Amino acid sequence: MSTTPPDDRRYSREHEWVRMEGSVAVIGITGFAADELGDIVYVELPEVGATLAQFSSFGVVESVKAVSDLFAPVSGEVAEVNADLRTSPELLNTDPFGSGWIAKIALGDPAEMDKLLDAAAYAELTAG
Amino acid sequence: MSVLERPAAGDASGRGAAFTSPQAGDELTIVEPLIFDSSRPGRRAVRYPSPSSAARAAAAGQPPIPDAAARATPPRLPEVAELDLLRHFNRLSHLNHAIELGFYPLGSCTMKYNPKVNEWAARLPGLADSHPLDPDPLAQGSLELEWLLAELLKEISGFAAISLQPAAGAHGELTGLLMTRAYHRSRGEGEQRTKVLVPDSSHGTNPATATMVGYTAVTIPSNPRGGIDLEALRAALGPDTAALMITNPSTLGIFEDQIDQVVAAVKEAGAIAYMDGANLNAILGRFRPGEAGFDVMHFNLHKTFSTPHGGGGPGAGPIGVSERLAPFLPTPLPLLVAGEPAEVRRNAWTGRPTPGASFALEESGARPTSIGKVRAFTGNFGMFVRAYTYIRSNGGDGLREVSNDAVLAANYLRVRLADAFDLPYDRICKHEVVFSGRRQKRQHGVTTLDIAKAILDHRIHPPTIYFPLIVEEALMIEPTETESLETLDEFVEIMHGIAALAETAPDELKQAPRTTPVGRLDEAAAARRPDLKHDFAALSTPPSVQQEVGARPQAAGKG
Amino acid sequence: MSYSPHTAADRERMLAAIGVESVDDLFADIPAAVRSTRFDLPAPLAEQEVRAELARLAGQNRIPRVSFLGAGVYRHLVPAVVSEVIGRAEFSTSYTPYQPEVSQGTLQSIYEFQSLICELTGMEVATASHYDGATATAEAALMACRLTGRHKVAVSTAVNPQVRRVLATYCAGPGVEVVEVPADLSEGGTGVTAPEVAAGALTDDCACLIAQQPNMFGGIEAMGQLADAAHQVGALMVAVVEPTSLALLAAPGSYGADIVAAEGQPLGIPPSYGGPYVGLMASRMDTVRQMPGRLVGATRDGQGRKGYVLTLQAREQHIRREKAASNICTNQALCALAAATYLSAVGPQGLREVADMSAVQARHAAAAIESAGLGQRRFSEPYFAEVAIRISDAARRHAALAEQGIVAGYLLQPDYPELADTLLLAATELTTDADVEALVAGLESTR
Repeated sequence: MSTTPPDDRRYSREHEWVRMEGSVAVIGITGFAADELGDIVYVELPEVGATLAQFSSFGVVESVKAVSDLFAPVSGEVAEVNADLRTSPELLNTDPFGSGWIAKIALGDPAEMDKLLDAAAYAELTAG
Repeated sequence: MSVLERPAAGDASGRGAAFTSPQAGDELTIVEPLIFDSSRPGRRAVRYPSPSSAARAAAAGQPPIPDAAARATPPRLPEVAELDLLRHFNRLSHLNHAIELGFYPLGSCTMKYNPKVNEWAARLPGLADSHPLDPDPLAQGSLELEWLLAELLKEISGFAAISLQPAAGAHGELTGLLMTRAYHRSRGEGEQRTKVLVPDSSHGTNPATATMVGYTAVTIPSNPRGGIDLEALRAALGPDTAALMITNPSTLGIFEDQIDQVVAAVKEAGAIAYMDGANLNAILGRFRPGEAGFDVMHFNLHKTFSTPHGGGGPGAGPIGVSERLAPFLPTPLPLLVAGEPAEVRRNAWTGRPTPGASFALEESGARPTSIGKVRAFTGNFGMFVRAYTYIRSNGGDGLREVSNDAVLAANYLRVRLADAFDLPYDRICKHEVVFSGRRQKRQHGVTTLDIAKAILDHRIHPPTIYFPLIVEEALMIEPTETESLETLDEFVEIMHGIAALAETAPDELKQAPRTTPVGRLDEAAAARRPDLKHDFAALSTPPSVQQEVGARPQAAGKG
Repeated sequence: MSYSPHTAADRERMLAAIGVESVDDLFADIPAAVRSTRFDLPAPLAEQEVRAELARLAGQNRIPRVSFLGAGVYRHLVPAVVSEVIGRAEFSTSYTPYQPEVSQGTLQSIYEFQSLICELTGMEVATASHYDGATATAEAALMACRLTGRHKVAVSTAVNPQVRRVLATYCAGPGVEVVEVPADLSEGGTGVTAPEVAAGALTDDCACLIAQQPNMFGGIEAMGQLADAAHQVGALMVAVVEPTSLALLAAPGSYGADIVAAEGQPLGIPPSYGGPYVGLMASRMDTVRQMPGRLVGATRDGQGRKGYVLTLQAREQHIRREKAASNICTNQALCALAAATYLSAVGPQGLREVADMSAVQARHAAAAIESAGLGQRRFSEPYFAEVAIRISDAARRHAALAEQGIVAGYLLQPDYPELADTLLLAATELTTDADVEALVAGLESTR
């Protein structure tokens, strides 16, 4: 597993990533975040159809001995959630940037992407 | 099937395998099947007499239980003979570490010796068979014991009044905060005071309790000396503060050396000063929270006053309160309704009844300011019996000695282990000392968890780890007053040995424990796919048949 | 004196190692202004002296020779094997199984307890236990609020008043409204909760309906219809039950209960003037993350050996702090062990005999009182093992009988003003024909 943030997406300071697929924003948590949490055992997913506001809490991720809120990196309506996480939350540990994606969002305001970090800036944030 | 697996049901020889003496070189492997696996239809451990024909005949004229409400199939409880039942639980007991088997320096939990005479007392039929709704004239002994215990706790803590009702420390916190809110409401400040301040070193129960009562928890940082940051506290205190909840001595094992200023600041803001009394065992006879100005404190009766912890309860969490909170205490209180309190106390202290003295439970509705009931009846009476016995056995001098020796032992370990582990707050401690395993982690990749697991191989329970949260890789050691110097020295030697291994053979520590009934368990798997009860279906057909039809191979063992 | 092992020489050695002169130096950080000024406690007692004092207090209690008192706490046989198991030091002097490798005894016994409670209640998941039945019920109500996002609970007045008082206290915390569903306590009434009355009281902002089976008066509720009424408005059904009755009465899981709460005291735990007892809570797996309290789960170690751990801990206060489902920390592990041992000792047949004998002797007592013309059943509906009897001048006779060492049940009027002159009589398998005769004779003598 790689914790190196890929260049094809942008990052929030709360360790979420967002990658555009056309007008749909795919969101997840970074490998750095997954490593910090340890073995992830449960993900509380948002409801399909729910409206998320940028940087607001939309769910919870639990490891054996920690709990962390999930913060939406962008605003929009939840179009799809990764149902595989219900049975295999460990995907967040094993493939955080790929099959461990959390939700797909119909992006509300593309300008919000500008408030996020690029891969290099995020790598710097987590290097300390 | 591996011999390490649980033997299949019906494999009579398999049961004994659990306790076969290990061969030289073998690991000690102990497994015990679930009680359900040894169930056989028709076996039983307890027999009951049948109702007489006269009773049945009389009953026949009364309305029977209607079929619509009747159970369709009996519960599949185990059917076992008494000896097999006893062996099952005795074998399970062998898989536990316990105070009476070895050292148990689990910080914050006060794992000290629980005197046997306490158990003798709690089992006295005159006390154990007392029904909580027995009319007061039949329950004078239970009521007097509760009243006397409350009198003793008042003197120990300096509070004006006591409720014994809360069932545990966290339950005492809930009670204390409900009373805090009732107090503020009585002064018309209920709406305005919404925040409960807690230090960042607090027990998790403190903020969780605040939420349960509808308050918002606000975290106050610690200062570099491990105490609460007085300036940050003063800045946070205001007309919206309902209470400060502070553990003293703190979870770092440190006495808040500005506690007088802390209490004064809280009082000045019109807030309630709540002391988490989890660590009262360190300061008996030295510091009385009520006298020092606190409004409310819960006692962890099972810790300070020695009830066996029972694998995680039951305990008891009585609270002491100041005059201004007393009207809001839970109901009912045990009351002395006839007799002079001083005379009743004096007589009881010399083992004599007081002629004409009489006790009663406070009547329902007699005190409209009460927050109500937090638990059925008057509390965990069995723990009151033990605490009363313990306090009377020790007396005032003995209780002082409890704290003196608990603090002495913790400081002894503090200086003896200071060369092996980092001491983030290097100052006189109280009943426990918190080290950090950060050196071992940073330099050798050995975590505090690895250290704890290595301790297990020495037949010692590890300290509390990863708490308090403000200490990296925390190791919280509470030796208690009942461990001999030889035990403490042996522990020091073992900890030095482990610290040395962390430098020379860190991988060895990663493999620990090696000598326990099971090794490190996969907690992630347990949480991802919870298996929280026995699956009867997995044993509904004999294991041999399951294998023939290709059922899951683990089903035979898993049950 | 204390149980400290230290000799004067030991203490000197420790002080020297620490580098202080006296133990007082270790308390020098207590500000002088707030040091204790008094500690006026009685003198220490030797074991024989403390035994005498506790025997004195025990002797001040008068344990009744005959008792029909229940009302939520029942005198059952505690098999000797149960006392033996919970008396073992390996169970009693251990603590919360934070280190599972050396706590498999406690952990497996709790897993067995959870399994037994699920089997008894017909539910999918049971917690490792709560303080008592009343707090378990209150926690169940708050759990229903979290699950439904609603802030109002409905409770039948035929739920034990001790339980309802605790419910009210707990609900006052987060500001949850409690509405009462009146049971039919009228003259000649049923003594149970009418489903249509419940339906009328339930609104679509109710998180749950709480009803008790058998209810406070021993009466048998139409739990399935009450559950339907709750579900009609999207509320959950919280069933408060008595565990030994479940040998005869339908398992809550079979009539649509969503959460089950119970006082586990009847399962091998002595009355002990109110505690310690054990609260039972069970529910469905899809609600498990909103359940308060500890849970034990099965897993494996690195070598594939099966073992047990505390699990789903991220729900709990030590991790979630202010966001936790509850502040509950300890459970009542030793009492849960007693209950697990009890249920395994009596087995399905024994539990049925306990329930059957209790039901028969309650009917025996009611019939004997009625046929002697001493009193009449207060309610029309069938009952389990507790029965409300109208009897003239009940309070005076209850007190007079207590003087003779006979507790003629529980006086209902203080809790239910409409139930004047009504005794609630409970029987268990320990109730003998002689007890019934003594009760009848006692009532005769106080006419």
